[in-house]
Amino acid sequence: MSNAAAQLQPNEGEWQDIEPLLSVRDINKFYAPGKGCGNINFDLYPGEVLGIVGESGSGKSTLLSCLSARLTPDSGQVIYNSEQFGAMDLYACEESQRRVLMRSEWGIVHQHARDGLRMNVSAGANIGERLMAVGERHYGEIREKAAEWLQAVEIDTGRIDDRPSQFSGGMQQRLQIARNLVTHPNLIFMDEPTGGLDVSVQAKLLDLLRNLVSRLGLSVIIVTHDLAVARLLAHRLMVMRRGEVVETGLTDQVLDDPQHPYTQLLVSSILQN
Amino acid sequence: MSMIETTMINVSGVEKSFTLHNQGGASFEVLNNASLQVQAGECVVLHGQSGAGKSTFLKALYANYSVNEGSIVLRDGEQRVDITSALPRRIIALRRQTLGYVSQFLRVIPRVPTLEVVMQPLLDLGVEREICEAKAKELLSRLNVPERLWHLAPSTFSGGEQQRVNIARGFIVDYPILLLDEPTASLDANNRRVVVELIREAKQRGAAIVGIFHDEDIRDAVADRLVDIKAI
Repeated sequence: MSNAAAQLQPNEGEWQDIEPLLSVRDINKFYAPGKGCGNINFDLYPGEVLGIVGESGSGKSTLLSCLSARLTPDSGQVIYNSEQFGAMDLYACEESQRRVLMRSEWGIVHQHARDGLRMNVSAGANIGERLMAVGERHYGEIREKAAEWLQAVEIDTGRIDDRPSQFSGGMQQRLQIARNLVTHPNLIFMDEPTGGLDVSVQAKLLDLLRNLVSRLGLSVIIVTHDLAVARLLAHRLMVMRRGEVVETGLTDQVLDDPQHPYTQLLVSSILQN
Repeated sequence: MSMIETTMINVSGVEKSFTLHNQGGASFEVLNNASLQVQAGECVVLHGQSGAGKSTFLKALYANYSVNEGSIVLRDGEQRVDITSALPRRIIALRRQTLGYVSQFLRVIPRVPTLEVVMQPLLDLGVEREICEAKAKELLSRLNVPERLWHLAPSTFSGGEQQRVNIARGFIVDYPILLLDEPTASLDANNRRVVVELIREAKQRGAAIVGIFHDEDIRDAVADRLVDIKAI
């Protein structure tokens, strides 16, 4: 009996031992009472896709900026486990280290592609620029890799010398993704990546993102107000309201069996088709 | 042959109630002290009236619903995982290779072709594309999904076709634990027989199965045990 009972003990040991990629401790950033985000605590593990959902003004984007070293919080810590620097406190380290992270181990996909691209240089140069920033110098190799990544995001390689301003919104967004992924980042931050796109273009981009994330084992923090996007991409959700996290958990559990009144309201407000 | 039974699912003292905060805080209890054990190679079919909690129970087994009390321990290789307290990433890993769930509804990214939809779960396990594709084609053929549809996205298919695509997707990985939530609800007799075969094959390779089937023929054809949801 005791033997059987012992056997039934869940063995979670090795799962607890894995080091988080990002540890967030008591992050607070308020512009005014209720505007911003506060009391944010979570760990992100390698290969995890975390969705941050909530209505406009709930503090999602502010939080994402704090997590990605673009906005200094009023208090709290963001510890990132870097390949190059080891565990580092993002707001206590050197500015130069943060800049290295931004162009190598991290990727940031903005809602508006024009915020993440250089619109007046070619598609190839947009991708190549990131490679050069991490020390690649050989022109032929850079161009080859740029072409490979254009293909990976389903942009015709014949467009390599065209400027992003000549691309459609969906193509620009895919180019932005290629530019970010070319340096094989460990962690990608995405802010409403499908936000400004037509529904038909959205579906294709979602499929592309889902495949890349699963194939490359990327860790992602994605902010979206679209619960359908969250369901398709995120493993885990954090629901925010007025700057605070009201519920967290496995994506489909949060969406199908929401516990918090606000999450219940959010989920029940979706139009069904 | 070893006769030692391997418990794949061990549910003990599970309670589940729902509270609707935006509807006056109405609360109702669906599962009360539910317990069930399922062995490898065994198919347990849940029955009971509509609204009795069969689907809720199955969703709790998939960690799709949280529970208020009790434990749900699933066997994952040599490990045992209590999914009522496991980390989200542990459950994701469990679902990827151990725990399958087939409902009657297909929920996928729009515009993705049928063949891709079906082979995705196997691709995600890192299996070679050619192998995944061959297995997907075999399942789609067996389930009588016409070949001309394989390269189209299933969103425009009939309800029955979508359902069969969903079944192919659900059976492409040989999950050791399989949860079936009325996967045959609107299939014709011919395709129901195919699903019965698929379930029997899964049992033969040692899968533990918990299912809900309204069709009595299927129930009789696959069930080792019928369990009344009110009695567990």
